[in-house]
Amino acid sequence: MEIYTLLREFADSWMLLFLFTFFVMVVLWAFRPGSTKTYEDTASIPFRHVDAPAPDRDEATPAAHKEART
Amino acid sequence: MSNYIKLIALGLVTLFAMIGTNYARDLAYQVHAIIVMLVAGGLFLYTLRRTGEAQPAAGSLQGEYFDSVVRAGVIATAFWGVVGFLAGTFIAFQLAFPALNFEWAQGFANFGRLRPLHTSAVIFAFGGNALIATSFYVVQRTSAARLWGGNLAWFVFWGYQLFIVLAATGYLFGGTQSKEYAEPEWHVDLWLTIVWVAYLAVFLGTLIKRKEPHIYVANWFYLAFIVTVAMLHLVNNAALPVSIWGSKSVIVWSGVQDAMVQWWYGHNAVGFFLTAGFLGMMYYFIPKQAERPVFSYKLSIIHFWALIFLYIWAGPHHLHYTALPDWATTLGMVFSIVLWMPSWGGMINGLMTLSGAWDKLRTDPVIRMMVISLGFYGMSTFEGPMMSIRSVNALSHYTDWTIGHVHSGALGWNGMITFGALYFLVPVLWKREGLYSLKLVSWHFWLATIGIILYAASMWVTGIMEGLMWREVDANGFLVNSFADSVAAKKPMNIVRGLGGVMFLSGAIIMCYNLWMTVRRAPAKESSLTVAVPAE
Repeated sequence: MEIYTLLREFADSWMLLFLFTFFVMVVLWAFRPGSTKTYEDTASIPFRHVDAPAPDRDEATPAAHKEART
Repeated sequence: MSNYIKLIALGLVTLFAMIGTNYARDLAYQVHAIIVMLVAGGLFLYTLRRTGEAQPAAGSLQGEYFDSVVRAGVIATAFWGVVGFLAGTFIAFQLAFPALNFEWAQGFANFGRLRPLHTSAVIFAFGGNALIATSFYVVQRTSAARLWGGNLAWFVFWGYQLFIVLAATGYLFGGTQSKEYAEPEWHVDLWLTIVWVAYLAVFLGTLIKRKEPHIYVANWFYLAFIVTVAMLHLVNNAALPVSIWGSKSVIVWSGVQDAMVQWWYGHNAVGFFLTAGFLGMMYYFIPKQAERPVFSYKLSIIHFWALIFLYIWAGPHHLHYTALPDWATTLGMVFSIVLWMPSWGGMINGLMTLSGAWDKLRTDPVIRMMVISLGFYGMSTFEGPMMSIRSVNALSHYTDWTIGHVHSGALGWNGMITFGALYFLVPVLWKREGLYSLKLVSWHFWLATIGIILYAASMWVTGIMEGLMWREVDANGFLVNSFADSVAAKKPMNIVRGLGGVMFLSGAIIMCYNLWMTVRRAPAKESSLTVAVPAE
């Protein structure tokens, strides 16, 4: 089989199926249970750490790290 | 030690450029060799003077953001913006008044040489600097980490400026491979590849060492822009140089494959450079200016993946009625129409971010600018799919309708969102209380908006007129109009287009004045002048 024909066959069968399934899974993933709460936190990232980076994790205790993120 | 390696490398580059200057087979290559020689030689001397000197012990900078390179990027964006708009306005008048193609400047400053200078100046110099500067700003803030790679970010900035200078001088002196939006010849392409890999490394390195558990959506768009542009650049510029001492090269693709690769590149330059990258800007600066998080984060995820999956297929709609097989152009057309959905999904997501804060439109001209950019985004992403339909394309292709469409997208969407981002960034980066004058922002807003409307409207009229004139046949099947007839009929619209450009350019100059005065005159922000104390 010519390599063109082979790639063409693959592209409009298995690759198409893979890409389409991937996309459907992304949509389902976005709507998974509990995502709203996670995304609320993620969506507010631009409003944290405006003036300086977060301190290093190993310097701060876990509690302090949590505090630094608020 | 590293200084010695640098000195050897710079010395070799300088030597090579000197030999290139001597052996150059064409003017463009010779000019480039001289520029490279001067830059590398200058850097050699600079490095030499600092070698062996005791460097001041630099404390750890990890506690602060790397903003000096962003400040430089903001200045470069404003500068190249004005240069690009000026070139565009001038060539618009060249089309209306051919006498402006001066006899003494033939071969350097006629329309054919200045047109790629204009497109590259606005897309790659203005847009590219805006993207690099804002991506460096956004990725640090949303990762809560300093840029990775130390001075590599400076290399990206200055390397990109050198690329711009090489590209621009290449066009003026005739070094072009005649691929739209990919005109620079092989040696300039190689340089851009090096700079782009460094850019990817800085961006990815910062993402990898981020302190936030999640990667904010703006970074997804920026990353898609960087990775896809790298891929497009490598494939579309696969060329064999004729000689190492000349700028001429031969592309490895031939015939319709070359055309397809070119428009796969060309349309995704629009899709990933001018859309994905600028959507990254949109997803950070609109929430910041509106002071509320993005309307729907779920929608932003679906927006991202849908846009990525669809855009890459839309290129063949540039090749309707060519040697490209019908199935390929139909595929491109169908994907262009499906693209409507993610484009409008993203626009709605941006607009609805203002829900509950619509009153800001009345008081804040910066957010007005961002909102109108989304309006133009929605308009041009409606117009584009429509023009990709084969029967509509039969009328619109090769006419000024296409030029009008591109400019409502580039001036309206890319220009306005960049202006909004610059108005946001300058007070923050130079630690000012606010902008020097909101009234001047309003002036800029109205000048730019009316300018774009004049531009787009005149190009609709003249484009459809041209399309109709070209296809008009008499009872015996002969064409009624010669090409020159349609050129003569376009004159009034060409003048209106030039006036629209003058208004847009004046707005940008007002912006530069306003930003300059913000840095010089606006009161400094007291609180952030003190050293930031970690919140532990």
